Amino acid sequence: MAGTGKAHLRDSPDVLLRIEDLVVEFPVGRTGLKVNAVSGISLDVLKGETLGLVGESGCGKSTTGRAIMQLPRPTSGSVQFEGKELTAMQGDAMREARTRMQMIFQDPISSLNPRRKVRQIVMEPLNIWKRGTDAERAKKVDGILEEVGIDPVRAGESQPHQFSGGQCQRISIARSLVLDPSLIICDEPVSALDVSVQAQVLNLLEDLKAEYGLTLIFIAHDLAVVKNISDRVAVMYLGKICEVAPSDMLYEQPAHHYTSVLLNSIPVPDPEVAVTKTAIEGEPPSPVLPPPGCRFNPRCPAAQDICRSEEPQLRAVGEGHFVACHFPTITPVELTSR
Amino acid sequence: MSTQIQASARDIDGPLLELEDVTTHFKTPRGVVRAVDGVSFSLDRGKALGIVGESGSGKTILSRSIMGLLPPRGTIRGGSIKFEGREIGNLDRKAMRSVWGKEMAMIFQDPMTSLNPVMKIGRQIAEPLQIHLGMTKQNALATAERLLQDVRIPEAKRRLEQYPHEMSGGMRQRVMIAIALACGPTALFADEPTTALDVTVQAQILDLLGEQRRDRNMSLVLVTHDLGVVAGHTDEIAVMYGGKLVEKASTKGLFANMKMPYTEALLNSIPKLEDRSHTRLNAIAGRPPDLVNPPKGCRFAPRCPYAVDKCVNEEPPLIATAEDPNHLYACWYPVGSEGYHEAKVRIAASKHATDALAATSAAGGN
Repeated sequence: MAGTGKAHLRDSPDVLLRIEDLVVEFPVGRTGLKVNAVSGISLDVLKGETLGLVGESGCGKSTTGRAIMQLPRPTSGSVQFEGKELTAMQGDAMREARTRMQMIFQDPISSLNPRRKVRQIVMEPLNIWKRGTDAERAKKVDGILEEVGIDPVRAGESQPHQFSGGQCQRISIARSLVLDPSLIICDEPVSALDVSVQAQVLNLLEDLKAEYGLTLIFIAHDLAVVKNISDRVAVMYLGKICEVAPSDMLYEQPAHHYTSVLLNSIPVPDPEVAVTKTAIEGEPPSPVLPPPGCRFNPRCPAAQDICRSEEPQLRAVGEGHFVACHFPTITPVELTSR
Repeated sequence: MSTQIQASARDIDGPLLELEDVTTHFKTPRGVVRAVDGVSFSLDRGKALGIVGESGSGKTILSRSIMGLLPPRGTIRGGSIKFEGREIGNLDRKAMRSVWGKEMAMIFQDPMTSLNPVMKIGRQIAEPLQIHLGMTKQNALATAERLLQDVRIPEAKRRLEQYPHEMSGGMRQRVMIAIALACGPTALFADEPTTALDVTVQAQILDLLGEQRRDRNMSLVLVTHDLGVVAGHTDEIAVMYGGKLVEKASTKGLFANMKMPYTEALLNSIPKLEDRSHTRLNAIAGRPPDLVNPPKGCRFAPRCPYAVDKCVNEEPPLIATAEDPNHLYACWYPVGSEGYHEAKVRIAASKHATDALAATSAAGGN
């Protein structure tokens, strides 16, 4: 898996976010070594689109989400959001830009201040940015709380611990919406929730996206969830992109061996379906010393010599379907036009 | 080290675990929380049972009640829990020590917080061997190495010298399993063992649990909220809701012929890979009941799309289906029954009426 290359980037006036050659590295103590969390990925998201980012722990999907927010700033590469370069932005301009992109986190309870009333938590961004009069702020907050299914009166009296996990996630969503952002980065927003509540929150995100004209980046390790909510999915492994495709296409015809592994690992809720043997052994290697060539080669069933020495580039295998693999399960096609 | 259990005559032929009308209530400032409210079932030797339900359904409290891992203060326990024919429901913690490890062991959801962060892996596995089985330190460490190999941890010898933070989540969960298996328990309780793990690692851990169960002829109780997890890895499934057992059947029987609308709703809320993207999910509206004041009729009635007056007022008994005496359910109008179909028709009609109304008002607005 390699995933350098930009064949999959689109030339469209509707591009809201465009990441090119994004690299994020963290130093390992004073050893001089570094964690290669994200190693040169390029992605774009169109207005109104939902991009799913999937992969195992440590593949760099959350780091990518945070690097877009410039939290922390990427080591190198460019992030263009609404036509502006974020990596060069400083001070007030950066703060202003962050109001246009918001984030929702995995653990809904710990991402809310435990000492404050829920309504205050949701109103805080408006207070900070001095948006509207007190009455306007109150109206806006109450409206959004209603929208996400939280009673504003109860929110005015209660603290986060008095709500369930699913409700806290709704509150986080309300907070992310009050500043009218154009992009919301959802980092594993439903991983900590029960399946029944997970379905409620996913439906809510779909409704809000339609209503507010939002663009979403949805980060998760559960492919079934990602498929449901995304228009386009990028599969990541050890800091690289393996495959990018429209959601349905990725699931019908995965081109990368790693994507197949992820799909086969999902437990099927049907005892009549024979349990396949463990789809893959082992765990991803350390991102401190990633394997040369394709980073997936040590675990790949189809790896050959070239995979251990040469990094594959993203190539088209179908309309909007790109894969970074020397031996993909679908034959690459010649790019006629982009 | 002969324990009380070994000293008493073991009931080898009967079921391994028998629960009768088990209740676990907690005294809180808000009132008594009826976390587990009259649960009865039995589990045979070497079988795998899945306990499924949402957060707050009582599944974790039930497994902890069996293990005797509840805070003694403020807990009101009732009913009978028999392990190999011997009553263990009334034992205190001290007496339970002879049961833990050798008879029953448990692994938890969060492998990070259930290991001691300042103790080497080797010592953590060796400790129960020394205490429960009276092994020497040297023997215990050698056994620990073998256990790590059993749970497929590469370079077992080197790992013995490591601390938990040096391992990934999946590796730590394997260590937890090694510790749980150390004294050769007859029953292993796994409470959401894979919820904190990646799907690829989840598949590996579930396979490992299944393999160890078969090799050791051990019973496994898998507690989870995900029907997908239990489908391929259990013989029987018990579905819990609001502290009650609402359906229990063989895994195949349950999936082939679901009776409780709750079980059906739980299955339908899982996103399916076969569906196109943006397919609307069938969420279960509302939240699980407040167990201080549970609904007086069927506890699922407030969220059940098919509920009628009888469901709200009268509690349905747990009864067997006509076809299978081992398939139990608690519902007045189970899936497939006449009342269920009538309710479906009624819902469709009212939905049609709402749609028509919406269409009229939309037309009026133009």
